[in-house]
Amino acid sequence: MKPVPKPTPETQPFWDGTAAGELRIQRCRACARHYFYPRPGCPHCGSADVEWVRASGRATLYSYVINHRPAPGFEDDGPYAIAVVELAEGVRMMTNIVGVEVVPENLPLDLSLRVVFERRGDVHVPLFEPTEAAGPRDRPERPAEATGRSNPGPTG
Amino acid sequence: MNIVIAGAAETDEVGRLPYHSTMGLHLEAARNALADAGMTKDDIDGLATVGTPGPVQIAHALGVTPAWLDGTGVGGSSFLFHVRHAAAAIRAGLCRTVLITHGESGRSRVGAARFGMGADSLLGQFELPYGVAGPPTLFTLTALRYMKETGLPHEQLAEVAVAQRRWAHLNPRAMYQELITVEDVLASRLVAYPFHLLECCLVTDGGGALIVTSEDRARRDPVHLLGSGEAADSPIISQMEDFTTSKAFRLSGESAFAEAKISHEDVDHLMVYDAFAHVPIYGLEDLGFVGRGEAGAFIAEGHTSPGGRLPLNTNGGGLSYTHTGMYGMFAIQEAVRQLRGEAAAQVPGVEVSVVLGNGGMFATAATLVLSNRLP
Repeated sequence: MKPVPKPTPETQPFWDGTAAGELRIQRCRACARHYFYPRPGCPHCGSADVEWVRASGRATLYSYVINHRPAPGFEDDGPYAIAVVELAEGVRMMTNIVGVEVVPENLPLDLSLRVVFERRGDVHVPLFEPTEAAGPRDRPERPAEATGRSNPGPTG
Repeated sequence: MNIVIAGAAETDEVGRLPYHSTMGLHLEAARNALADAGMTKDDIDGLATVGTPGPVQIAHALGVTPAWLDGTGVGGSSFLFHVRHAAAAIRAGLCRTVLITHGESGRSRVGAARFGMGADSLLGQFELPYGVAGPPTLFTLTALRYMKETGLPHEQLAEVAVAQRRWAHLNPRAMYQELITVEDVLASRLVAYPFHLLECCLVTDGGGALIVTSEDRARRDPVHLLGSGEAADSPIISQMEDFTTSKAFRLSGESAFAEAKISHEDVDHLMVYDAFAHVPIYGLEDLGFVGRGEAGAFIAEGHTSPGGRLPLNTNGGGLSYTHTGMYGMFAIQEAVRQLRGEAAAQVPGVEVSVVLGNGGMFATAATLVLSNRLP
């Protein structure tokens, strides 16, 4: 069984959102900036005047590793991508990349992603998949410069 | 008041020590450091340590009644924080002589704390659900972004492990001493792409201890604390401000260099906590020894290797010497040995050494500027 997050009073609205199929994050009414992880005040300006908003669910791939030594619950997944994505709203969160064969060639940084949700016990966990589902064969050609150095091919 | 490290020692052995408990490693290191300082436990009136079993139990086991305690636990950098806090406490008159201990049965797990965080913790809610499996999947997460932004080729990441093995080759206490090549590193198995096994630190048992006091109380050649700094970034890696540079490295380094009134040209020797191969690259850049994106080439060109102009991690580091889990203590120990002229791979003429320690991945950092003379 994969780990199931346990909400706290501060994070409950986030997990209520994922259960409803929405990615909800916080936004400061005073300085108009979004932030994540859930907390009672704005980390940018210190205001307590904050609200929950629905994020677009669009994101780009900020960084990742492909884990070859699975955590408990992930033994059947094969090597899997633990990623940090940057939401269109500017905040980042950890996730897994799904819906694509997990090899570096398929995962250039800044790849466009969209949120999907996976049920885990009583909680729904946000995962991300490429906006254009693309396998190695039908993936659009990218300039070598965009992928070459940041994603050297598997060397081991 | 001049603050000094008046005693420093590691456990008799480091490596695989299945017959030593965590507590036993703390106490052996403490006894060795007291002997090194020419002191007894009755000279100690302050105690600092981190992790299991904590400062109260260490003090009690040693028969010390401390007037000052510090249990600051911010990961592997904690001992650098302890040195800085001890200096402040001694200057404030809260205590006179502080013992700082580390013992960790990181490999054998004898009398060790259990791993794990609650499912309702920040980590438990926002990172553990994605199958993270400790530092090899967390500390490493920043590297691909760094490589993309700076153009660091993977071969230069591997060069970090190669360079440090050259130092370990000169150190009979190092766990791995055989020289390796970039090809060896890239041929070792993938742990978490892009990191191969040889780009990840060891997991060992061991300990170390320090005695910090005022210069007038030292009974042997002292190592002076010229400056220090401490800082924090995000408690979870996914919320680190910028994956290509460590805010905590920069801020703690700036603070330590400013207090010590030194410039980079004054530094003869450098220790940067190297849990994974990318960390010394961040350390060299964030401390300002090289410009952004230049550290990989700097290491690959041999400048940090034996005979180079900035000897780095001269014990072999966490990648090749030892890594109990909280390595910062061993980085300080090597700096002290180099400043005393006692290191296994001694660099000629070391007068100023800088130690950078990170904790909880990139969550915290502290920097110490140490010297065997006053400016």
